[in-house]
Amino acid sequence: MLTVSALGKTYGSGEEAHEAIRDMSFDVAEREFVSIVGPSGAGKTTLLKCMSGLLAPSSGEVLLGGRPVTEPPEEMGFVFQDYSRSLLPWLSVRDNVALPLHHKHLDRTERERLVDESLDAVGLGDVLDRYPWQLSGGMQQRVAIARALAYQPQILLMDEPFASVDAQTRAELEDLVLRLHGEFSVTIVFVTHDIDEAVYLGQRVVVLTGAPSRVQEKLEVNLPSPRDQVETKELPEFTRLRGHVYRSIRSRGALSASAT
Amino acid sequence: MTRRVLQIAVPIACVAVWWAVSAGSTNFFFPPLRDILETFREVWIFDKLGSDVVPSVARLLVGYGLSAVIGIGLGLFLGLHPVARAFADPLTHFLRSIPAPALIPPALVVLGLGSGMKVFVIVLGALWPILLNTIDGVRGQDPTPLEMARAYGIGGVERIRRIVLPAAAPQIFAGLRTSLSIALILMVISEMVASTNGIGNFVLQSQRTFAIPEMWSGILLLGLLGIALSLIFGAVERRVLRWHRGARQAARAR
Repeated sequence: MLTVSALGKTYGSGEEAHEAIRDMSFDVAEREFVSIVGPSGAGKTTLLKCMSGLLAPSSGEVLLGGRPVTEPPEEMGFVFQDYSRSLLPWLSVRDNVALPLHHKHLDRTERERLVDESLDAVGLGDVLDRYPWQLSGGMQQRVAIARALAYQPQILLMDEPFASVDAQTRAELEDLVLRLHGEFSVTIVFVTHDIDEAVYLGQRVVVLTGAPSRVQEKLEVNLPSPRDQVETKELPEFTRLRGHVYRSIRSRGALSASAT
Repeated sequence: MTRRVLQIAVPIACVAVWWAVSAGSTNFFFPPLRDILETFREVWIFDKLGSDVVPSVARLLVGYGLSAVIGIGLGLFLGLHPVARAFADPLTHFLRSIPAPALIPPALVVLGLGSGMKVFVIVLGALWPILLNTIDGVRGQDPTPLEMARAYGIGGVERIRRIVLPAAAPQIFAGLRTSLSIALILMVISEMVASTNGIGNFVLQSQRTFAIPEMWSGILLLGLLGIALSLIFGAVERRVLRWHRGARQAARAR
């Protein structure tokens, strides 16, 4: 469904040039859940912005359903890392979620149905008229997820969405995303720096190296569904996979450190 | 609570002191407050209301309204277009450096004695704080909401109306507040320099004809008008920027 092909991105030019990602290639199948994990500073946000068409790549291309992505496509939803800034403080929760729907030429009842449904799906059916700043961080990120769902995307790109919430909330949000993945039959690309999170969520994990970032490894995750915060994480296979990813990232980090 | 009490108690005390101190005044230029208030009632309720107050307030509101429309409209455009801004920057800096009352003589020549001249002068003075604040507010915007707008295909008028304008609103309101006092000042000046009616004209004519209580009553009215405008402005601002205060308080609490 989504193909990243020989993707490269360099910021600036000449002496100042910073190569963020180099020659990256991988595929995402329809309705798949792919985690992308890499050390901090690995150009994960750059990769996701190139994939969404927010940022033009320096080389290579991104294809969505065979068509090159140059502008953010309508089939794509995006959940930003910084929910407190991607939600608009002057709009109520309802209006924040409805905002991207105004230019979709839906009639009013259809739009309201989508807003109600997606807010119900993230468990926020009763805070419609509040403002984002009246909600906790976890609830704000739920609003951002509801906004993406109401947009009815076929593919959802999530940029370290749970990096700044506490551990308990984070576990709840992880399970929420897994449930929504099934309910809304949507493809999800989930970027994180947290190895446990990547393995717990993904059907596949793409491991990135440090800058300039490349694909280190693509791993199948053969953990049973539905996943469970306690039971899944107790499985020997989970432990093996997280150890494997950890070593993979560390070995590469040691290599690039000795090379410089 | 204490602030509330003071806000009401201090003005009452000031008026009481004025009343008491001036009560026995025989100074021709500083008549007792009682006389001024008596004159105020005779002149403004409602003898001169239609002939002087209404024209003054109309000029003020039209001039201020035009400043707001032009300032915000042009400010949005210049804030969003760096190239246009580069062209306009030297010009705006020159124009806003000219004290607006200096333009009364040429405005008189071109537009005559009427209200058009006064509105023109008010706009030329009140426009700049609104324009410059709007430009700054638009330029200084957090890029994340704009990126969100792009990701969700929100563009054109919708992007400006729902994202750019509200984000710049706190700064625009700061400009609007400054411009309100400038507009009032320019209304009075333009009426004093060349006019056949208006509160400013009334104050000056009273002074020239040694109608001292009338002069003071006009000044009192201008003060009250300023307070009323400021109160109305505050109410509108509180309503429109309710989200801004709430968000700031929430951010501080965290």
